[in-house]
Formats: sequence, C-alpha cells, structure tokens
Amino acid sequence: MKTVVFFSIGVLFGITLYMSEVSSWFRIYEMFQFDSFHMYGVIGSALFFGSLIIFFIKKLKIKSILEGTPITIAEKEKGWKRYLLGGVIFGCGWALSGACPGPMFSLLGAGFFPIIIVIISATFGTFIYGLVQSKLPH
Amino acid sequence: MIEFLTQPWPWYFGGAVISIVLFLLLWTGKNFGMSSNLRTLCSMMGGGKKASLFQFDWRTQQWNLMVALGVIVGGFVASNYIANDSAVAISQKTIDQLVAMGIEDAGKSFAPKMLFSHSAFTDFNSLMILVMGGFLVGFGARYAGGCTSGHAISGLSNLQLPSLIAVVGFFIGGLFVNHFILPLLF
Repeated sequence: MKTVVFFSIGVLFGITLYMSEVSSWFRIYEMFQFDSFHMYGVIGSALFFGSLIIFFIKKLKIKSILEGTPITIAEKEKGWKRYLLGGVIFGCGWALSGACPGPMFSLLGAGFFPIIIVIISATFGTFIYGLVQSKLPH
Repeated sequence: MIEFLTQPWPWYFGGAVISIVLFLLLWTGKNFGMSSNLRTLCSMMGGGKKASLFQFDWRTQQWNLMVALGVIVGGFVASNYIANDSAVAISQKTIDQLVAMGIEDAGKSFAPKMLFSHSAFTDFNSLMILVMGGFLVGFGARYAGGCTSGHAISGLSNLQLPSLIAVVGFFIGGLFVNHFILPLLF
C-alpha cells in the first residue's frame, strides 16, 4: 500500500518535470542566460505555494497520514562552507548536464537514454564525496 | 482541460503541482529530496564498507526509491501519452545563440540531440559533458546536503538559511559554466 502511494507521488512528479519542461536541457541553459522567466516562474511558484503549505502545516500542527505523528521538517545544520562550496559544484554540473537528480529519472523514462551516463556518474560522484568527506571543509 | 494538460504546462501550473508533491511527501511523514536516492544506491552497492556516509540500512529509504521509480514512469507516461509536441519553446535569443554554437535542434526538440540521442554514446565531447556534469551534480548535491528539491524547493519553503546559501552556490556554479565553459565545449 505504502509502496503504491510513494510510487504514485513519483509518477505525478515525473509527469510534472516533463510537462513543465524542467527536465529540458534547453530550459536550464536558458535559465542561466536569464532569457526567460519560465524556470524562475516554476521554482518561484513552487516556493510560494510550498511556503504557504509549510506555514499551515506548522500552524495547524497537521499530523502525517501514515504515521500519525506531527509533521516535522528537519533543520539543516548551521554553517555555510559546505552549502556554498557544494552548491557551486552542484551548479557547475547542473549547467553541463542540464539535469538535477529529479529530472534525471524523468528523462530516463522519457527515453533519452544517454542520461544513464549522467545517473551513473552522479552516483559515482556521490560515492567519491563519501570517501573524501572528512577531508573537506564543512 | 485535456487541451491544457497536453500542452507544455505554464510555469505557475508546474510550480503548483511541484508544491503538491512537496505536500504529499510531508503529509506521508517523509521529505522531498531526490539526490538522497544516489546515496541510497551507493549504500545498496556496499558503499558502507568504504565510507561512513553509506553506513545505514538502505531499506529505510525504499520509499524514496519508489518515488524515483515513479518519476521514471512519469517521464515515460508524459512523453508517450500526454505531451502532443516535444519541442520546447525557448526564447529566440537562446535559440539563435545555441544554433550559432552548433546545437541546431534548439527550439525544435525536448533535449539537444548532441547530448541525448544515441550518437552521444560514441561522441567524446558529449560523453565528457555528460560524465562531468553527472559527477559534479552527485558530488555537489551530497556535499551541499541536498539538490534542487531538497534545498531550492523544500529548504527555501521552510525559510532555511543554509538552503539559501546552497541555492546561491547553485547559481554561482551554473552561471560560471553556462557563460564561460559551455562555449568552449561546443
């Protein structure tokens, strides 16, 4: 049952990433050229509704439907180095491949098979980060 | 309605549905973070023997792998059964620029053939862009503790300063590569 729920949420997300063209390399390129409002609109409106949703979840103390416990959103640890440095590295990759982790999976389903190279190397990149994690500033 | 849904979705509709996805994941007691799946994959493949980052029971993350599987199926459904045209209507300025760089299907296809058609498997330049891009996304997402879904959408929606710093980083890196590196690669 739970499996079906999460799978269905994923299907909705995958359809959205394709239909709103967030999965398109062209849209990411255009975003970094500031040539269109589209991507800023998608992220901005997701943020607008998302912050309202989180405000009301906290205000109304909404409980999770599967576990019955209050919904909590984990705070990120303090600091800035890992966020800035990791963010810059991520951004470089985003501009090259035109795909962040969600769209990677959506593109695979849509039949753009070279994306499998991106998914494998992203998994490898995650692995290498795990190896050198303790040597990096955080 | 059908007409609306089969056209490329306008930004406000796409953004609204993404916020519904965020709500559904919070409502089910989980969180919105796609790059965590890459960490889970490392753990599944025995990465825990090499690094503590992967020492956790990956079965506790099965729900997120199901989300990712759903995203794959969602991409399949959207491209085959919903979208009636795959061309992405990017701005004319971007089209002109990309065509000048040799990406001739700009404005005509969903993703550049040079990177996302089968010919990419045997083209050194394309392979290099895909391998480097993927590596940096995977490395950077885990270093920053999240990707676009975890930081730009759920973190910023929760008004978290670390997420704002990460998103500023995304743009510093993205603008640098887009303006100074991509022109050298094509």
